Amino acid sequence: MSESHTSILLEMRAISKSFSGIRALEDAHFDLRRGQVHALVGENGAGKSTLIKILTGVYPCTDYAGEIYLDGCRCRLHGVSHAQAAGISVIHQELSLVPPMTVAENIFLGREPRRMGIIHWNEIYRRVDALLRRIKLDIDPRAPIYALGLAQRQLVEIAKALSNEARILVLDEPTAALTEAEIDVLLAIIKDLRSQGVGIIYVSHKLKEVFAISDRVTILRDGRVVGTYATEALTEARLIAQMVGREVDQQFPKSSHTLGDAILQADEITVEDPSRSGKRLVDRVSFTVRRGEVLGIAGLMGAGRSELLMAIFGAYPRHATGSLWLKGQPVRLNDPCEAIRRGMGFVTEDRRRYGLILDQSVLHNLTFAWLKHSYGRFIIDRDAEVALAENALREWQIKAASVFVGAGTLSGGNQQKVVLARWLLNRPQVLLMDEPTRGIDVRAKQEIYAQINALAQSGLAIVLVSSDLPEVLGLSDRILVMHAGRLTGEFSRADATPETIMACATGERI
Amino acid sequence: MKPDGPNRNPSTQKKNGPSFFILHPASFFLRLLSYCPRPATSNFAKSAWRTYSMVAALVVLWAIFAYVTDSTFLTARNFSNLMRQTTITAILAVGMLMVIVTGQIDLSVGSVVGLTGGLTAIAQAWLGWGLWASLAMGLTTGLAVGAVQGLFVAYANIPAFIVTLGGLLAWRGAIKGLSKGNTIPINLASFKAIGQDYMPPAIGWALALLAMIALGYFMVRRHRARLRYGIVATRLGAVILSLAWAVVLILAFTGTLNAYAGVPIPVIIWLAVALSGAFLTQQTIFGRYLFAIGGNPEAARLSGINLRRHLLAVFCIMGALTGVAGIIYTARVGAASPDAGRLLELDAIAACVIGGASLMGGRGTVLGACLGALFMASLDNGMSLKNVPDFTQDIVKGAILVTAVGLDVWGRERS
Repeated sequence: MSESHTSILLEMRAISKSFSGIRALEDAHFDLRRGQVHALVGENGAGKSTLIKILTGVYPCTDYAGEIYLDGCRCRLHGVSHAQAAGISVIHQELSLVPPMTVAENIFLGREPRRMGIIHWNEIYRRVDALLRRIKLDIDPRAPIYALGLAQRQLVEIAKALSNEARILVLDEPTAALTEAEIDVLLAIIKDLRSQGVGIIYVSHKLKEVFAISDRVTILRDGRVVGTYATEALTEARLIAQMVGREVDQQFPKSSHTLGDAILQADEITVEDPSRSGKRLVDRVSFTVRRGEVLGIAGLMGAGRSELLMAIFGAYPRHATGSLWLKGQPVRLNDPCEAIRRGMGFVTEDRRRYGLILDQSVLHNLTFAWLKHSYGRFIIDRDAEVALAENALREWQIKAASVFVGAGTLSGGNQQKVVLARWLLNRPQVLLMDEPTRGIDVRAKQEIYAQINALAQSGLAIVLVSSDLPEVLGLSDRILVMHAGRLTGEFSRADATPETIMACATGERI
Repeated sequence: MKPDGPNRNPSTQKKNGPSFFILHPASFFLRLLSYCPRPATSNFAKSAWRTYSMVAALVVLWAIFAYVTDSTFLTARNFSNLMRQTTITAILAVGMLMVIVTGQIDLSVGSVVGLTGGLTAIAQAWLGWGLWASLAMGLTTGLAVGAVQGLFVAYANIPAFIVTLGGLLAWRGAIKGLSKGNTIPINLASFKAIGQDYMPPAIGWALALLAMIALGYFMVRRHRARLRYGIVATRLGAVILSLAWAVVLILAFTGTLNAYAGVPIPVIIWLAVALSGAFLTQQTIFGRYLFAIGGNPEAARLSGINLRRHLLAVFCIMGALTGVAGIIYTARVGAASPDAGRLLELDAIAACVIGGASLMGGRGTVLGACLGALFMASLDNGMSLKNVPDFTQDIVKGAILVTAVGLDVWGRERS
């Protein structure tokens, strides 16, 4: 046991890499032992993804300085397929499965076992069955990927990596979109793989998981390795301090303030599933929000929280019913234009897909919702626009060289700040936020939390959907819990505990 | 507000500002077309690189043709011809650019040129309509066709590729049927003038003067506005210098055309269309929304942009400009053949793409599209001067289209 458990599977020595003169990694060391989970943590932009891309061959060996050793032998990786052949597989934040194809087809995509040039389907299904059993995933290998939930897709990705004889598995933010229960399943599977001798690199912003799963932790900051520690020798506070280079004192500095009168009132909001008639994604949900109040909505994935927000914002014309009042005036549920005109803003869940125009400038991304609503004229005063955007950049501490750089070049946290800043330029009275801190680093989270508190204090009503329980508990004045499209619980800030919320979210307690 | 806060990048701003005009006088004239005294658009570095390379390629091409034709290519007469040849493709490319920026495509353009031109000729020759009535006929036909196709795309959710592919066939069939397969001659001299005549030199100079005054006014106003907002500290001297370059280019352009016969009327129409198109895409909320819709339709919708209305509007603009192009085409040829305008849609799309537009939507400029059209027309013109056979011309144009886009992709990947 001790022999196989301590043998070094991978070693990266003195890795340096720069992008057009800017150092992304400098003299980084990293090693991975057989049968261990090695966590890689750091703020966004600390160099984690660069290190991963070097390891997985995205940046070939000619593009960086430093050496990689696999099983003690120098190894020069020339590309992604070379890295895969060497047994290194990565599971990305953005999954790389083809939705219309089946589980089995996806797992063997590009490497289908053949017999006389024809795909050997029996062999595929035999091997897929074995793989799914190995990770204890009970799904039909003939099911198309689009029919699966996000967590199951992630597991299919893992099965795909294992089918490739992966000895080193890189998980990049694997739990960003998963619910608590799904995370537990995933962590159990990771432990299982670890005991089978797979070396696992675990990249995550969620420190709780890092402590639950990892054997060792390497901390990156500004392209340098701050240190590698045995996990049990670390505390959460010390780890955060190492990541940000300073002590993060209080995670949720909630200041108390008095709430105003009710501003948004939703009554019996119902959303029909557009693809399956008769099924309700949201089932008769009613609530009110007051000025200056942060209303948290907790629940598991698929509970209908995002759909509820989308419906209120008018993004589901024809599928949403119910009534909505803003400042006592009825609002129709069929047009985002109308919602925005009435003073609503919506920070969507998937900022890359629904929020930003990635290859256009920060300037355009900041101002395009604002243009019409605060201006109402035909011609853009571009100098005023630039001045406004630069102000927003300063106010939100968005790290961008100028407002003219592409939004896609910013880190996740800064992209999210661009989305938030855009909506606030409209001076909304109600802001709907769906997973506003998903996949962003600790410091950006802190800054966004502080902004949410400040905005609430200034009288903005906020509806906050989040899968991060401490976040909902820490920020909200009141918490609603949803399960299978229905409201199953309501708590004041003082009464809410993680346990009671989880009980409602899983439908155990209504 | 301080003139240079921490979040600004004065060095790039300065680089993008005046030196652009100083180093590239030729491109400034073309930037005039885009009605954009300040080149600080979104991905400016990229679009500037693109403009530089376009202008450089054009200069090289002209130099080659000048050499192989013993300078015939560079005579005032040929320059005048070249400008007139560019007109129709360029006007279509302005409309096509807006369609492409929203992530759509219009394949029916060539057939609609035939239809609008043909109906204009029918109105005159068979119905005895006058100049203005027949012009209205051509324009409203174009607009109506655009509206019909736009409605199918925006409100019936049929892909633009399919709707306009159907249009390509149907509108061509319509004009063949209406004209009963005849070529209809034009007799109205005032109508032919639209495609064939020249502005008297005096009016040409007057327009040039007007353009210079307007440009000076806008540049100074912009300079003041930028100082007021503290965006970037341009020196007044630099503003004056770039203005001087612009004046030189306007004078050279007008002078060359006047040295032959004056500024051709179709070229005036083209410049007006291009200026309006550049203004619409770059300076208005409408234009900004087109880029947003093409860049990320979902994000645009959730930001309160009415996708359908904008798509419909874009197809209407394209239709109306096709009407303009159809009228000029018929006036220039002096007759409307049922085959008129065949394959023009491909020229217009090629001009946009060579000019840096992305068929995925969200990227492209009117200036680039006009440069692309000029590039294609230069190829036609230069090769015809050397009596290069027709089939060779087609092969060269095809190869250059693919090469241009290939180089662009390659440059983008490297940067």
